[in-house]
Amino acid sequence: MASGVKPRVKVPKSAAAGDAITIKTLISHQMESGQRKDKDGNTIPRSIINRFTCDFNGQNVVDVKMEPAISTNPYIEFESTVPEAGEFKFTWYDDDGSIYDTTKKIAIG
Amino acid sequence: MKMKAMTALCATLALSAPLVMAGGADDDKMVINGETEMVTKTTAPAHMENVSEIMSGWHFRSDETQALQLDDFDNPGMIFVDQALDAWNTVEGSAEKACASCHEGPESMKGVRAVYPKWNADAGEMRTLAMQINDCRENQMGAEKYKYDSVPMASMEALISVQSRGMPVNVAIDGEAAPYWEAGKELYYTRTGQLELSCANCHEDNYGNYIRADHLSQGQINGFPVYRLKNAKLNTAHGRFKGCVRDTRAETYSPGSPEFVALELYVASRGNGLSVEGPSVRN
Amino acid sequence: MEFTRRETLALGGAAALTFLLPFRANAAVEDLVNEFTGGADLADAGVELTAPEIAENGNTVPIEVSAPGASAIMVLAAGNPTPPVATFNFGPLAASQAASTRIRLAGTQDVIAIAKLADGSFARSAKTVKVTIGGCGG
Repeated sequence: MASGVKPRVKVPKSAAAGDAITIKTLISHQMESGQRKDKDGNTIPRSIINRFTCDFNGQNVVDVKMEPAISTNPYIEFESTVPEAGEFKFTWYDDDGSIYDTTKKIAIG
Repeated sequence: MKMKAMTALCATLALSAPLVMAGGADDDKMVINGETEMVTKTTAPAHMENVSEIMSGWHFRSDETQALQLDDFDNPGMIFVDQALDAWNTVEGSAEKACASCHEGPESMKGVRAVYPKWNADAGEMRTLAMQINDCRENQMGAEKYKYDSVPMASMEALISVQSRGMPVNVAIDGEAAPYWEAGKELYYTRTGQLELSCANCHEDNYGNYIRADHLSQGQINGFPVYRLKNAKLNTAHGRFKGCVRDTRAETYSPGSPEFVALELYVASRGNGLSVEGPSVRN
Repeated sequence: MEFTRRETLALGGAAALTFLLPFRANAAVEDLVNEFTGGADLADAGVELTAPEIAENGNTVPIEVSAPGASAIMVLAAGNPTPPVATFNFGPLAASQAASTRIRLAGTQDVIAIAKLADGSFARSAKTVKVTIGGCGG
């Protein structure tokens, strides 16, 4: 597991049923591209988050394939429909097999 | 082949940049999270003889970079504030204390960043925020000091700075501080290195002008620690000083050295009246 | 992620090199596009790409893609050592087929967005982003 990885998400606490809401996500991660060399001239191996998904009550909102061209501390912003009260699940997949996830509840009202 | 290609690229950029980029500071307004109005331009403090208006480095950046600082979620520097909050609450050292053991929540640090560097009468020394943090770690917690310009130090500075965000920088330059301030001023106007440049040559005489494809700011430090896009981490004022002095092709002073402490006090005083911005976002 | 001045110059050199070798650079991008579209024609309308005309720093360039009704949008940076950037797949609960992110560009180059639209056809949009070289190494 890469060190210091911490997901952050911003989701409104409530919405009207059927509303579109904006979701922002950011995860602290080096996103080592595999293009850099260390002081001895050896290539630093690639180590990135290669996929991000967001689901709401088991239904998919976005599923993103990420490449080394995504900046350090990957930021992704998108919009979701909120059909009912429930829970968003956010999942990040690391090259090293680690999976980071976090959830956010949203109420209707 | 490769050298030619690089030269061609540099030449193209050098030619095209001035045509397509605006020059000096812009007139945008900085409001953080849609609520905290920031003072990013104001009348220069009385002690400044050659500048009438002081302005935040934010004004010299592109709209895209500026936008990163306007919302705490968009600001990557806040990742480090989160990490420092964890450190704030973590017990370390032989005294088995965390920052929170004495200071409770980080809100108790409100106003601190605005007045540092500050004379410490008990210790009889001029103290930067970093020195104060390390004094706490060493003497109150019995913990190891942070490396002066390390990421954990910059992160703790950011956590403390954000409590004062929007408050005017107001460092004292009189009384016991006066000799340190004079020493800092001396350094500011002293040319160093093979390029024979002083701080003033770039940041007083030429702010708003181009240095290659970039333009020079006033070199204000009200936004430190700074999240820089170029290295994607928080940077301390002393780390930046070191980079600047090195760019004049001089041997640099060390972060935390008496020279840089004095310089920090002087440069901070040139920003008296600007809002504390840290952690800010710059190129 | 910290690039030394030497590495940044090398990246810029590589980017410039791709201008001099357009055939080979385009081939890599074309292969990726064909893989995504199955060789289908690309319409000019249907996908929007927002990116700064000038990026202050190639390390962090904000972009936004939008293609109403699309099931997926692929983003490529034609001048990067490896052109793929990201592919956004939109699920049933996506309120818009749009997303923003921050990307790395190794130098001045074209950023390309290809969308798979609701009717199965494809659209393409591209934008040239100039990446400036900073004044001070810091």
